[in-house]
Amino acid sequence: MSAVSPLRTTGEEQLLTGWGRTSPSLARVREPRDVADIEQAIAEVGPRGLLARGLGRSYGDAAQSGGATVLDMTGVSAIDLDANAGTLTAGAGASLDDILRRIVPAGFFVPVTPGTRMVTVGGAIAADVHGKNHHVDGTFGSHVRRLGLLGSTGERHELSPTGSKRECEEFWATVGGMGLTGVITDATVDLIPITSSLISVDTERTPDLDSTMQSMVAGDDRYRYSVAWIDSVHPSGRGVITRGDHADISQLPAEQRPSALNYRAKVVGTAPPFIPGRLLNKLTVRAFNEAWYRKAPQRRVAELQPIAEFFHPLDFVQDWNRVYGPGGFVQYQFVVPDSASEVVGTALRTLQGVGAPSFLTVLKRFGAANPGPLSFPQPGWTLAADVPASVPGLGRALDQLDELVAGAGGRLYLAKDSRQSPDMLARTYPRLAEWQAIRDRMDPTGLFTSDLARRLSL
Amino acid sequence: MNDALGEPQSVLVLGGTSEIALETVKALPRARIRRVVLAGRPSPARDEAVAALTGVGIAGVTAVDFDAKDTGAHAELINSIFDAGDIDITLLAFGILGNQDDAEADPDHAIDVATTNYTGAVSVGLRVAQRLKTQGHGSLVVFSSVAGDRARRSNYVYGSTKAGLDAFAQGLGDALHGSGAHVLVVRPGMVRTKMSAGLKEAPMTTNPDVVAGIVVAALRKGKETVYAPGPLRFVMAALKTLPRPIFRKLPN
Ligand SMILES: Cc1cc2nc3c(=O)[nH]c(=O)nc-3n(C[C@H](O)[C@H](O)[C@H](O)COP(=O)(O)OP(=O)(O)OC[C@H]3O[C@@H](n4cnc5c(N)ncnc54)[C@H](O)[C@@H]3O)c2cc1C
Repeated sequence: MSAVSPLRTTGEEQLLTGWGRTSPSLARVREPRDVADIEQAIAEVGPRGLLARGLGRSYGDAAQSGGATVLDMTGVSAIDLDANAGTLTAGAGASLDDILRRIVPAGFFVPVTPGTRMVTVGGAIAADVHGKNHHVDGTFGSHVRRLGLLGSTGERHELSPTGSKRECEEFWATVGGMGLTGVITDATVDLIPITSSLISVDTERTPDLDSTMQSMVAGDDRYRYSVAWIDSVHPSGRGVITRGDHADISQLPAEQRPSALNYRAKVVGTAPPFIPGRLLNKLTVRAFNEAWYRKAPQRRVAELQPIAEFFHPLDFVQDWNRVYGPGGFVQYQFVVPDSASEVVGTALRTLQGVGAPSFLTVLKRFGAANPGPLSFPQPGWTLAADVPASVPGLGRALDQLDELVAGAGGRLYLAKDSRQSPDMLARTYPRLAEWQAIRDRMDPTGLFTSDLARRLSL
Repeated sequence: MNDALGEPQSVLVLGGTSEIALETVKALPRARIRRVVLAGRPSPARDEAVAALTGVGIAGVTAVDFDAKDTGAHAELINSIFDAGDIDITLLAFGILGNQDDAEADPDHAIDVATTNYTGAVSVGLRVAQRLKTQGHGSLVVFSSVAGDRARRSNYVYGSTKAGLDAFAQGLGDALHGSGAHVLVVRPGMVRTKMSAGLKEAPMTTNPDVVAGIVVAALRKGKETVYAPGPLRFVMAALKTLPRPIFRKLPN
């Protein structure tokens, strides 16, 4: 008879979810402070394996793993700026929030930032995140010069995109590899030199989806940063395009120049801990969207906006994911090639059809893809829409959209996914087998796993 | 792993020919299901169950040998099922009604009912719970019965096994609280199945698919106890307060 442990849970065990607050699972959470702690965690791993977690800003089940050891990496957060080289070396758990506070006053900006700065360097690499500058600068992974990785036997890898063939393969399998090739310990990334902390922003309000898309096709090339917010509950799909570039210090009024590199990013409010599920409904979203649309000027050029306002407006409210109530929410984000641009409109109508209230619907054009087999971006259109998980009929509607996206040669973003099928993934990431072969070589025992990996047979 | 919209990928049915359990599997959202294990004694009925579920388009349905009374074999069986992959939903649905008169005349028959319905369930329930705790997620649905709410003269052997099972399942749910795993106790009234064929229908008798719908909705909401049909909750609450001299004289 095997000895069976009691059904007790210990203090270090935690229920984890992603940002969408769906599908919790229990894991043993450890908080390493340095590489030695990570090595020890790997040495002491149990039968359910191990996974690194950053700030848990992926929406679905990427950063959780039931029964496994989960490393909360946020304690591995040293930040080292090399101003001469214009590079930053940071612990994988360092947040872009901390990094920006450090580097902006020194005249640098991160090469890529997602719509929140509350992400870690490890999470940014593992999901190969993109920002408003993807059409110009590509993904975060494209700016990583080197990274340190701990493998399944605790061995240290130094990986770079310019190393041997094998190193290159392992580098690009790790970029976008969703934590499944090992634990990223630190990375060196190229920074963008800036002379002010302001963005010169052009805003354009559009009457419908077609004009939004036309304007983006025609004008995006003139800007480093571009994104459109779409009023997803309005039948026209009208929107607001904001585009900009880092303002040169010479564009600032003389009296502001001495403080040109000041950086401020404050949280102005916190969502209350419990919000009933019904608060966010079609009416409240319609009212919000109306106000947001009206707030934008018809057209305004060269407005100087602080970094936080332009890049991270959502970060002004802490824990805003709670507004969706206890049922949680999903974010549906796909990319389709230009040849299938009509899928964007179909997707919006489908979501309207099931009555999915979404106040966060964002449209963007992607530039060239990078060599990562699991990296999400590819040239074309990407649409991201938040939807409460409790909307009736949502599952079937999204499955139908999946078909459309797959048929058009598109795919879904793993950092946002919480519901696609394994078939959908295999069909839309044609280089999946190639990635799996490299991953199997790097982690032959399957030590690194996650709920996402199990759900999608990754 | 259930996905964000509550769609399971894997289901284990203990008592693989239970009509209520099979209806429950059919009532689950099935787009993400890729593994259903029907555990039961080898029989034509078990083969038919595999065929029936496969026939409605459910993927990956297989059968394994399981005998509730053979508790010595439970550990290996449950481990082999979970070693092959996480189980999102386990339906503990085996049980026999037995015959009250036979049980009183031949206590061995009563022992048979008790071993199957209670001892077997405790054995397999704890082993499943252990694995749910290890995987950090998953639901265990235990099919109890209103017969366990208050044992009646006419079937108290069966009723007592369900009372025991119900108490066990509630305790297990508390033990698993905070573990990522969850126990749902289902208390159906009389359901039209093979098991109840030939018995006089009680008020509020229902059909397996109705119970199935209630179970799936309760799983979705993360409930811990549910009656089927729902209003039986009030009937049973009232029955439990009846003084024994009156309760004893109620018609069967
Ligand atoms: C409001 C909001 C806006 C967003 N906007 C964008 C956007 O514009 N563009 C975009 O691309 N994404 C966006 N995202 C998604 C987010 O950028 C990614 O999910 C990112 O991976 C989150 O980083 P994290 O540190 O929270 O990682 P987590 O969510 O904790 O983890 C994400 C993945 O990275 C892995 N990982 C984390 N750390 C390590 C490590 N040290 N070693 C190995 N693997 C690791 C995890 O295992 C997991 O698979 C947004 C998210 C939110 C909440």
